[in-house]
Amino acid sequence: MKIAVCIKRVPDTETRIRIAGDGASIDETGVKFIINPYDEFAVEEALQRRDKAGGGEVVVIALGPDAGQETIRSVLAMGADRGVLLKAERIPADALAVAKALAAELKDGGYDLVLFGKMAADDYHHGVGPMVAELLDLPCVTAISKLELEGGKGVAEREIEGGVEVVEFALPAVLTAEKGLNTPRYPALKGIMAAKKKPIEIKPAALGEARAIVTSLSLPPDRKAGRIVGEGPDAVPELVRLLRTEAKVL
Amino acid sequence: MNVLAVTEQRDGALRKTSHEVVWAARLLADAMGGTVDALVLGAPGMDAAGAKLGEAGADRVLVAEDASFVKYAPCGYAATAAAVAKTGGYGVVLVAATAGGRDLAPRIAARLDAPLATDATGVSFADGKVTASRPVYAGRAIQQLRFDAPVAVISLRPNTFAPGSAGKAGTVSKVAAVTAARVVVREVKAAEPGKLDVAEASVVVSGGRGLKGPEHFALIENLARAFGSAAVGASRAVVDAGWRPHAEQVGQTGKTVSPQLYVAVGISGAIQHLAGMRTAKVIVAINKDKDAPIFQVADYGIVGDLFEIVPRLTEEIARARAG
Ligand SMILES: Cc1cc2nc3c(=O)[nH]c(=O)nc-3n(C[C@H](O)[C@H](O)[C@H](O)COP(=O)(O)OP(=O)(O)OC[C@H]3O[C@@H](n4cnc5c(N)ncnc54)[C@H](O)[C@@H]3O)c2cc1C
Ligand SMILES: Nc1ncnc2c1ncn2[C@@H]1O[C@H](COP(=O)(O)O)[C@@H](O)[C@H]1O
Repeated sequence: MKIAVCIKRVPDTETRIRIAGDGASIDETGVKFIINPYDEFAVEEALQRRDKAGGGEVVVIALGPDAGQETIRSVLAMGADRGVLLKAERIPADALAVAKALAAELKDGGYDLVLFGKMAADDYHHGVGPMVAELLDLPCVTAISKLELEGGKGVAEREIEGGVEVVEFALPAVLTAEKGLNTPRYPALKGIMAAKKKPIEIKPAALGEARAIVTSLSLPPDRKAGRIVGEGPDAVPELVRLLRTEAKVL
Repeated sequence: MNVLAVTEQRDGALRKTSHEVVWAARLLADAMGGTVDALVLGAPGMDAAGAKLGEAGADRVLVAEDASFVKYAPCGYAATAAAVAKTGGYGVVLVAATAGGRDLAPRIAARLDAPLATDATGVSFADGKVTASRPVYAGRAIQQLRFDAPVAVISLRPNTFAPGSAGKAGTVSKVAAVTAARVVVREVKAAEPGKLDVAEASVVVSGGRGLKGPEHFALIENLARAFGSAAVGASRAVVDAGWRPHAEQVGQTGKTVSPQLYVAVGISGAIQHLAGMRTAKVIVAINKDKDAPIFQVADYGIVGDLFEIVPRLTEEIARARAG
């Protein structure tokens, strides 16, 4: 089974955000970068599917700056076979521009499955996966938390408000991974050593013009300083009074 | 420039977010000097439900019916919405950022070759350009994303845009449904019937590890019931412990909620939890640790033992609402 996994390098989710001098991006000094947490589920799924099929290839693709090689390497250490870095000075905020560049790389790859995370923890688009699917005219199921594949067909489950959708599709397909799909493995020492010898192909990303432009990035307004209404159950009547008369939510 | 509001129905009934999207479209179209069309996708017989969208702010209601549209049909909905979007001089296509809308919006955008902004909490129009503001970095920064394209697709965070009333009816007409079925929703396994989802409820009562065990979530459920229609939420700690289902998890790896009122009980307020609820209008925290970070975002807090406070609060809320 030939599987592609698209991964993004994102700031660690615990990072304190500081706005850079341009007022439209974050200051990256001292920021630790990690693989997007949802992409780990996609990687794990790819590895399990390849191994279950008794062979094939897992190709990791990342679009972004040189440092993305590190992230690719960490996935090779988990067990992926080779990597592709589509080099771009920065990752555009235009999800469609990213999707087009990834689609161009994936197009003639002959993949049975193309896996994504459901969203990137930094830009929150939930967009690149289904966009790639549309561009390549492939079936797509997003935010899946369960997957069964049999022959050329698949059934996936995705959580919706108040329930779970059971979705059928045929391969080749694009899927985006939600938490709960599996439990990602940690790379073993052996994997880390082996990863050093695995190939990473580097080529320029075919990025068109970005048509969604970040004009400003700011810290969220601080919530108005709240107050401790009191201690213990005796504070309850006052809380209820405030909810009713001041907050007006009752 | 006109605005196309793509609405969403479940079992033939328009969802609350549809009203939010149509009214947001109204305000945006007024700013752009355009009109609002609301698109309804569903099984035959949606006209009556659709007609209400005139009052909700649409100039025209366009109904695309097909038997295969009874449940969410990713390919058919996307193809139909994109076909309609190509016809009416639209500068913006709005969708709700629900589970369905998050799936649909990028598909429409790709088909229209339009840039996308998801989960917007604000939309504005100035100097001929549309800008969406949206939380990024798990809510730790707000991005202004400006579009330089003839048409853009924007999904709106539920519970963030108020619905409104136009005080007039719109026209209702049929448009062709484009069907395609490469991905088929075979079944929707409903959670408990009538159970409200955290992402949609206007009041959310969430419990954390302070509850000490799954059996004590009855306290949370009772409090939720006292509010009338409130949903029960949970921290990841209790979901990972298997006390509550993942569907209830609020936070970075769970759901993002923007209710009118969020009550956090026995939740410390880790940054990943705050990522999911900090845009709530009013936050109440109950925690025995006065230094718990949740108190830094809470509008109102009570310090103390939840096992004493919650039963009393449940009683007082029930009384306040009855009286
Ligand atoms: C990548 C990543 C993603 C994550 N995503 C999420 C997410 O989506 N959602 C999420 O919630 N977390 C998430 N987390 C986990 C998060 O960091 C915290 O571990 C978690 O939110 C803690 O849950 P808690 O507040 O219930 O538990 P705790 O932090 O243990 O807090 C329990 C609180 O209960 C209080 N308490 C105890 N007894 C009582 C009592 N009798 N009366 C009153 N108060 C009492 C304590 O003072 C304490 O503040 C994520 C973490 C990582 C690393
Ligand atoms: N720059 C990128 N390089 C490779 N994959 C990406 C990139 N950006 C996004 N993706 C993939 O698309 C998914 C969704 O990202 P997004 O649409 O940006 O929220 C991510 O989980 C990745 O799998």
